[in-house]
Amino acid sequence: MTPMYLLKRIGILIVVIWAAATLIFILPRLATSRNPIAERMGQTAGAAGYLSHNVEEMVKVWEAKFGLDQPLWKQYMYHLKDIVTLDFGYSLAFYPSRVNTLLSSALPWTICLFGTATLISFLLGSLAGALLSWPKARKFLQYLLPLCLTLSAVPYYLLGLVLLFLFAFTIRIFPLYGGHSIGIVPNFSLTFILDALRYSVLPGLAIFLSGVGFWSLQMRGVMVIGLEEDYIYFAEAKGLKEKRIFFRYAIRNALLPQVTALSISLGQMISGAILVEVVFGYPGLGTLLLKAVSAFDYNLISGIVFVIIFIIAIATFIVDLLYSVLDPRITYKRRTK
Amino acid sequence: MKTMKSIWKNFSHTVASCRNNPKLLIGLILILFLVFFWLIGSIFVNPKRAQPISGLPDQHPSYQYPLGTDSNGRDLFAVMIVGTGLTLRIGFLAGLIGLGIAIMLGFISGFYGGLLDTSIKGIVDVLLTVPPLAVLVVIVAMRTEAITLNFMILIVAFLSWMLPARTIRAQVLSLRERAYISMAKLSGMNNLEIIIKELMPTLMPYLAAGFVSISATAVLASIGLEALGLGPQYLPTLGMTIYWAISFSALLRGMWWWWLPPVVIIVILFIGLFLLTAGLDLLANPKLRRIM
Repeated sequence: MTPMYLLKRIGILIVVIWAAATLIFILPRLATSRNPIAERMGQTAGAAGYLSHNVEEMVKVWEAKFGLDQPLWKQYMYHLKDIVTLDFGYSLAFYPSRVNTLLSSALPWTICLFGTATLISFLLGSLAGALLSWPKARKFLQYLLPLCLTLSAVPYYLLGLVLLFLFAFTIRIFPLYGGHSIGIVPNFSLTFILDALRYSVLPGLAIFLSGVGFWSLQMRGVMVIGLEEDYIYFAEAKGLKEKRIFFRYAIRNALLPQVTALSISLGQMISGAILVEVVFGYPGLGTLLLKAVSAFDYNLISGIVFVIIFIIAIATFIVDLLYSVLDPRITYKRRTK
Repeated sequence: MKTMKSIWKNFSHTVASCRNNPKLLIGLILILFLVFFWLIGSIFVNPKRAQPISGLPDQHPSYQYPLGTDSNGRDLFAVMIVGTGLTLRIGFLAGLIGLGIAIMLGFISGFYGGLLDTSIKGIVDVLLTVPPLAVLVVIVAMRTEAITLNFMILIVAFLSWMLPARTIRAQVLSLRERAYISMAKLSGMNNLEIIIKELMPTLMPYLAAGFVSISATAVLASIGLEALGLGPQYLPTLGMTIYWAISFSALLRGMWWWWLPPVVIIVILFIGLFLLTAGLDLLANPKLRRIM
C-alpha cells in the first residue's frame, strides 16, 4: 500500500462524510412549508389543552435559540462545526434529551447485531460457496444451492417476520419484541449479556441467513471461474494436497472479489438491518429512526442518518485497506502507458 | 431500420436461448405469473374492496373473503391484487428511469473518457457507499404532502442506477477500442450515431440485465420505505400492507393472512427478478455458463 493510495482513499472518505453532512443540512431546508419548531410547539400546546395566541413569538425565540434566524451560509458553517465536533443538538421529540444521548444508547445495539451477523455470514457464506463449487465436496451440498438462492433473494426483514412467526409466536422459544427483558437495566453483568443474547438470536438469524445465501452464491461464482485457472492445474500436477489447493490456492484468490463485493454492498446491507430492527422492535438505530420519522424530529433523523452513513463510510474504508493488504499485486501506483 | 432489425434479432436470439437457460425461463415464468395474477385478478375483483371499511374488520379467510380482512376492513385478497400491480409498476417505471440514467452516464463516461469520466466515476463510487435507505428516509420524511406513487418511483429510481452504470461503462470502455468502432468512425459516423447504432445493440443483454437489476433495487428500496410507514399512505401497496400489519401487531394477534401473503408475493417477485438478472447476465456473457 503506497502512501499515495492511502491519501486518495482518505480523500474519498472525507468527501463522503462531507457530502452526508451537506445532505442532512440541505434536505430539511428544502421543505420550506414545514417548520418543525412550530409543529412541535403546536403539538405541545394542543396536548396541554392550552390555547396560545403568542405561539408565533415563541417560535421566533426558539428559532433564534437554534440559530435558525441566521443567514444560510452562517447556519451551514455552524452545522459543519457541529458535525466535526459530533454534536447534533437537542432532540425535538424527546426534548430535553440530546440527540447524542439517544444515539449513544442505540448505537451499540446496532453495531453489535449488524457487525456480528454480517461478519459471521460473510465468513461462513464464503466457505459454503467455496464448498459448493468444489467438485470433490460431498454431493449433498449441491442440494443447498436452491436454498441459498431463495435465501439471498428474500429481504432481511421479511425473513425476520417469518422467523418471528415460527420461533416466537408458534413455538415460543424466543422473545417477540425488544432487545432485553423489561426491568433489567443495561449493564455489563453476565445476566444482562445472556438476556440480550437471547433477544438477539432471531434478528441476528434473519440477517445471517439472507447474508449466507448472498455470499455463498457470490463465492461460488468466483470460485468456479478460478478453478479453471492454470495455477490450479499446476498445483494439482505438483501433487499438492487437496486441502492445501482448496484453501491456499482456490479460496485465497477468490477472496479478493468477495472483499470488493463486501465493500460495495455494506450500504445496502445496513438498510436491511435497520428494517430488521423495526420488525423486532430491537432498540438500535432502526427503531429510533422509526420513532424520529413518526414524530418528524429532524434533528434526530439527521443525526441517525449521518451516523449510519459515517459508520458505513468507515467500514468501507477499512475493507478497502484490507483489500490492498490481501492482494499484494496491487500497488495503486499510476500505471505508465 | 437497421437498428430495429438487430434489436429484433437479439430478441429472437433471447427467446431461443431461453431453452438452455433455465434461470431466465424460471425467472420469466415467476414474473409473468405475478403479472397474470394482477391482470386476471383485476378483472374479477373490484379494486374498491382494497379500500378501508369495504368489509368487516379482522375476518378470517372465508368464501366471502379469500384472504380475510385487516383491522381497517380492507379485503386482503383485493389488496394483494392491487398491491401487486402497484409494486410491479414501481419496478417497471423505476427500472426505465434508472436505466435511462445509467445508460446516459455509463456511455458518456466510457465513450468520452477524460475529466467527465473521472467525475462520473467518482460520483458513482461515493454514491455506492451511501446506504440508499438513509438518504431516502431523509428525502421522504421532510415532505409535507402525502407521498404519491410517482414521487416514490422517481426517488427510488434516482438511487438505484449506480451498479449498472458501472457495468455499462466498463463494457463501453472495452468495446471502444474494437476495430469495428474505428471502422465506423472512419466511415464518417458521429459519436452519437456510433453509440446508438453500434454500441447499444451489442450491449443489449447488458442493458436488459441492468434494467432488471435496477427494478429489483428500486422495489427493494420502495418496500423498505413503505415498511417504515414512508410510502403512499392511501394506496394499498405490498409494503404499506406490511407496515399496517406491523403497526396493528397482526403477528401477535395470529392474523397470518394479513402479513404472510404480501411476504410470499414479494419473495416470488425477488426470486423472479434475481433469476432474470442471472439469466440475462449469462446471455450477455456466455463464459459464465460454467457458474450457473
